[in-house]
Amino acid sequence: MPALDVDLLRADFPILSRIVRNGHKLIYLDNGATAQKPYSVVDAERDFYLNHNAAAHRGAHLLAEEATDAFEGARRTVASFLTAQVDEIIFTKSATESLNAVAYGFLNSSIGAQDTKSPFYVNSSMNIVVSELEHHANLLPWQQLAQRTGATLRWFPVDHQGRMNLQDINVIIDEKTAVVALTHQSNVTGAITDVERISKRVREVGSIFVLDACQSVPHFGVDVSALDIDFLTFSGHKALGPTGVGVLWGRYELLEQMPPMLTGGSMIESTTIDSAKFAAPPKRFEAGVPNMAQVVGLSAAIEYLNNVGMFAIEEHEQQLTARALEGLTAIPGLTIVGPTDLKERGGVLSFTVDGIHPHDMGQVLDDKGIAVRTGHHCAWPLMQSMKVQATTRASFYLYNTAHEIDELIAGIIDAKRFFKV
Amino acid sequence: MSLESLYQEIILDHYKNPHYKELHAPYDVEVHHNNPSCGDEVTLRLSVEKGIVASISWNGVGCSISQASTSIMCDLVNGSSKVQGLELERLFLELMQSKGNFSGDVEVLEDAVAFSGVAKYPARVKCALLGWMAFRDAALREN
Repeated sequence: MPALDVDLLRADFPILSRIVRNGHKLIYLDNGATAQKPYSVVDAERDFYLNHNAAAHRGAHLLAEEATDAFEGARRTVASFLTAQVDEIIFTKSATESLNAVAYGFLNSSIGAQDTKSPFYVNSSMNIVVSELEHHANLLPWQQLAQRTGATLRWFPVDHQGRMNLQDINVIIDEKTAVVALTHQSNVTGAITDVERISKRVREVGSIFVLDACQSVPHFGVDVSALDIDFLTFSGHKALGPTGVGVLWGRYELLEQMPPMLTGGSMIESTTIDSAKFAAPPKRFEAGVPNMAQVVGLSAAIEYLNNVGMFAIEEHEQQLTARALEGLTAIPGLTIVGPTDLKERGGVLSFTVDGIHPHDMGQVLDDKGIAVRTGHHCAWPLMQSMKVQATTRASFYLYNTAHEIDELIAGIIDAKRFFKV
Repeated sequence: MSLESLYQEIILDHYKNPHYKELHAPYDVEVHHNNPSCGDEVTLRLSVEKGIVASISWNGVGCSISQASTSIMCDLVNGSSKVQGLELERLFLELMQSKGNFSGDVEVLEDAVAFSGVAKYPARVKCALLGWMAFRDAALREN
């Protein structure tokens, strides 16, 4: 397998040639927040709007047919990317919406006309399991579900290296666990979750396993047929795709039993003035005219990733991460907030430097054209548990180079000089 | 815009040695403010006697800009009238919203004009305002 030709692929991302502060070339290391877009993604969206735009699944004209084909073609692209069945792919507006859709599937099965036999039924004698590592998007929906149903919220703690501590797994996940919702890779510490171990326990107790794969699917091959999980989500914009599109994958037999969060046009089989029969998945979960242009853009993004190869991307990011870890750990006063063993982590690196607040670090790096994220990364409970107020986070992608990592390291050393620490 | 003009020496000095950064008791009002986008936080205590700020103290965590700004704010409002303190807050807010188009009246804002460079960085304006907003809140609650 040839290593990826970074110089060649960087030409596909015009933003990477931008000159930013003080005449510096942009060094974009904020990929955990959002990824940059290649021409092919923007071109696909543009082509859809300029040449094929019509409401998918509606209308008896040629454009409607083309829009439907483009939309459903994207569904096939995503399905094969995840090794899923086509009807198990639901397009949402974001990963946040995907996670809420599942949480509301539980809520809607548990209030009003309850269905106590439903796998989505939850009541006050049951519990819901998350972890301290969750992004707010995979915490708040479950926390709120627990509050509304009276179920107990439980969580896996984080250990000193920012990994999920599974020591008490058999106590935390038990026969009364309605759902287990966990991140695949932490957006702060970069720690990769031991999905296999957790899914084994989830199966033992007959619960449902939801995986937040926002930080994993864009960066390494994820095969839902090999992972023994029930739901998975990722967002388009972190995977080179447009904003405004997310993916929810669910096992078909579960999707069939899940009530929708949003109701409205095109998600029904039939309706009268006072009742409705919902359509089969995935349409049941795609009410309204869908985000067609964004879905088409996401499909182009996935084709781009496929062409480069997920294995090559993973390998490239591992090399960058190894280089960064080596350089960062050599800086006195710098602490990595996350695992230092490459085997346990992805290319999201959080750190603190004694005497320099992350905002100030971010400011000095920005002055050199280096874009990083600073703050709590929408994972406040994790920060509280690890007793850090904020971190600086550098996160890598396929277009980053070893030179950029070296510039990051040099920038941090400069910041220390500037703040005299 | 150079880093040096953003981080003027006086800001770095106050960051390293912040003034009034130890919560004082007794007090009339205590407020807690945080910046939800970054997690920075400040707890501020205020006592007012006959319309004069008799004591102000704070504690908190945050970046150099937020810490130094809170420290300098305390220097300015301590011992001044509450009305004057609120007027300073208004002028400082105006300076922060100037997008860097004016440098502030040093006669009135004194050391706080050191933050004029911050106004060019929209993401940092809220850092400079954290302590001032806490003061305003406390002053308005006190009566």
